[in-house]
Amino acid sequence: MSTEGLSHHISSRYNEDLERLRSRVLEMGGLVERQLTQAIGGITEPDARVMARVAQEELRVNQLERSIDEDCSRILATRGPTASDLRLIITILKTITDLERIGDEGEKVAGIATRLALRERPHNRYRELRNLGEVVIDMVHDTLDAFARFDTALALAVLRRDRTVDEEYEAIHRQNITFMMEDPRSIRRALDVMWVVRSLERIGDHAKNICEYLIYLVLGKDVRHTRIEEIEKELQAPRS
Amino acid sequence: MEQLVRSKPPEAESGGFPPVSDIDTGVIPMRASGRGMMQVAVDETRRTAALKAPVKARAEALDFYYGELKALKNLNIEIREKQVTALIGPSGCGKTTFLRCFNRMHDLTPGTRYEGRIMLLPEEINLVARNIDPIEVRMRIGMVFQKPNPFPKSIFENVAYGLRIRGVRSQIRIQEEVEKALRGAALWDEVKDRLASSALSLSGGQQQRLCIARALATSPEMLLFDEPTSALDPIATARIEELIAALREQVTVLIVTHNMQQAARVSDYTAFMYLGELIEFDETSRIFTNPGQKATEDYITGRYG
Repeated sequence: MSTEGLSHHISSRYNEDLERLRSRVLEMGGLVERQLTQAIGGITEPDARVMARVAQEELRVNQLERSIDEDCSRILATRGPTASDLRLIITILKTITDLERIGDEGEKVAGIATRLALRERPHNRYRELRNLGEVVIDMVHDTLDAFARFDTALALAVLRRDRTVDEEYEAIHRQNITFMMEDPRSIRRALDVMWVVRSLERIGDHAKNICEYLIYLVLGKDVRHTRIEEIEKELQAPRS
Repeated sequence: MEQLVRSKPPEAESGGFPPVSDIDTGVIPMRASGRGMMQVAVDETRRTAALKAPVKARAEALDFYYGELKALKNLNIEIREKQVTALIGPSGCGKTTFLRCFNRMHDLTPGTRYEGRIMLLPEEINLVARNIDPIEVRMRIGMVFQKPNPFPKSIFENVAYGLRIRGVRSQIRIQEEVEKALRGAALWDEVKDRLASSALSLSGGQQQRLCIARALATSPEMLLFDEPTSALDPIATARIEELIAALREQVTVLIVTHNMQQAARVSDYTAFMYLGELIEFDETSRIFTNPGQKATEDYITGRYG
C-alpha cells in the first residue's frame, strides 16, 4: 500500500478522515522530535530553561495522543475498516503510544539536563551523550520520514541502526563503571549520564517499534521479535 | 444415491479428471509465517480443523451462459465440508449466479447453459449434468433466499413439505423431523404453541428462520444462502448469523452477502468475484486483513479500482 491509496475511497469523508489522522500523527511526531532535540541539546549546551520548554510540548503531545485515539475509535466504530485501512488504524493506535513514550523519555532527559547544567562539566563535555543523542534523533527523524512516505526501505535502515545504539549503550555503561571506580566523587554525575543513556536507548527501541508497525502497515507482514536478517529476507519475498 | 444418478454420468466413466492437487483451485495453503499481527483472532484449533476439512464441492472450469452472455468464466473453487464459505463482489459479478448453479436454479431460465462441472463429494456427482435430477439435488442442497418466502400454509406444513415430497408417510416421524428442524433453526421455542398458525403471521426474521428450518428438514449436506439478512433488522440479522455459525456443525454453508462485515463475521473462507471471474479465494481472516489482490483490497475497503 502507498500513501496515495488513502485518498481513493468512494466516500470522500473517509478519505479526509484518514488523511487528517495521518497528518496529525506526523504533527505529533514532529513535536516529539523537537522535544528530543531540545532535551539532548540541553545536555551539551547548558540551558536552564530546557525543562520548561520540553514540558510545554509534552502537553500538546498528550492532547494529540488522546484526540488521535478518539478519531481511531470513531473510524473503527463507523467505518468498519478492512485490509490496509484496518492496518493503518491499528498501526496508528500503536505508533502514537510509542511516540508518546519517546516524549516521556525526552522529558526525563531534559530533567537531567537541567541538573547537569548546574554542575561542573567534564572536559569532553559529554561527547559520548552527544554522539548517541545524534544517532537516536536521526532514528526518530527517519522513522517519521518513513511513516510519512510509507517507506519500508527506510524503516529497515532504522531497524539496522538500533544495533549501533545497543552497542553504544554498552560502551558508555562500561566507561562509567570505570569512572565510578576511579573516583567515587564522579558517581553522581556518572549515574545521571547512565539515566540519559538508558532513556536514549529506550527511545531507539520505540523508533524501532514504529518501524516494525510500518512494515506491517505497508506489507501486511508482522516482523516484531524477528531477527534483522529474517526481516530483510521477508521484505524481499513478494508475499508471505 | 441410486435415485440421484439416474444413469451413470458419461464423464465419470471416461477416466475422470486430474487429481485435486493438479487443479488450480485458487486455494492458497496456510502460510508458514508472517500472520498479520493483529489479524482477526482465529482459533488455532478451528483453523487447523478448517485446513483438514475435506472438500465438499468443487467447481471445475465452470462457465455459465445466459444466452450469449457469459456470466461465469472458468471458475475453479473448492468448498470445504462443514465450513462457511462467503461469496463477495460487486453487483453483477456473478456470485448469485454461481450460488444458484449449486441447486440448479437456472434450469427454468430459457437459453442458459453450463460448461464445466460442479462436483459434489464424496460421490463425485456433477451437479450441473443434465441427467441429474434437480429435485434430488435440492433435497441435498437447500437454499435460503434474500426475502423470506414461506409457503402460504401453516408453520408445521412449511417444514413438513420437503419430507412429504420425499415420501415420508409416518405422522410420528414427520412430527419428530419438524421439531428437529425448527430447533435446528432456533425457532422451536417461539412457535411450538402455534404450529398450526399461518407462516405468514410470523415476523420477517422468524419467517427467514422458518425457511432455514424448511431447508433443514430434508437433512441437506449443504445450505446456500443468498443474502439471507438483507431484508432483516440488526437483531434478526444477528440471530441468523448465530444460526449460521451453529449450522456449520452439521452442514456446509455457502453464503452470498453484500455486507462485508457479515462475510468477515460468519465465514471461514471468502471468495471475491468480479465480472464473472474468481479473483481471490483465501481464509476470511486473510482476505479482510491482508488480501493478495489489489482488486480485492479496493473492493473491501470501499475504493474505486
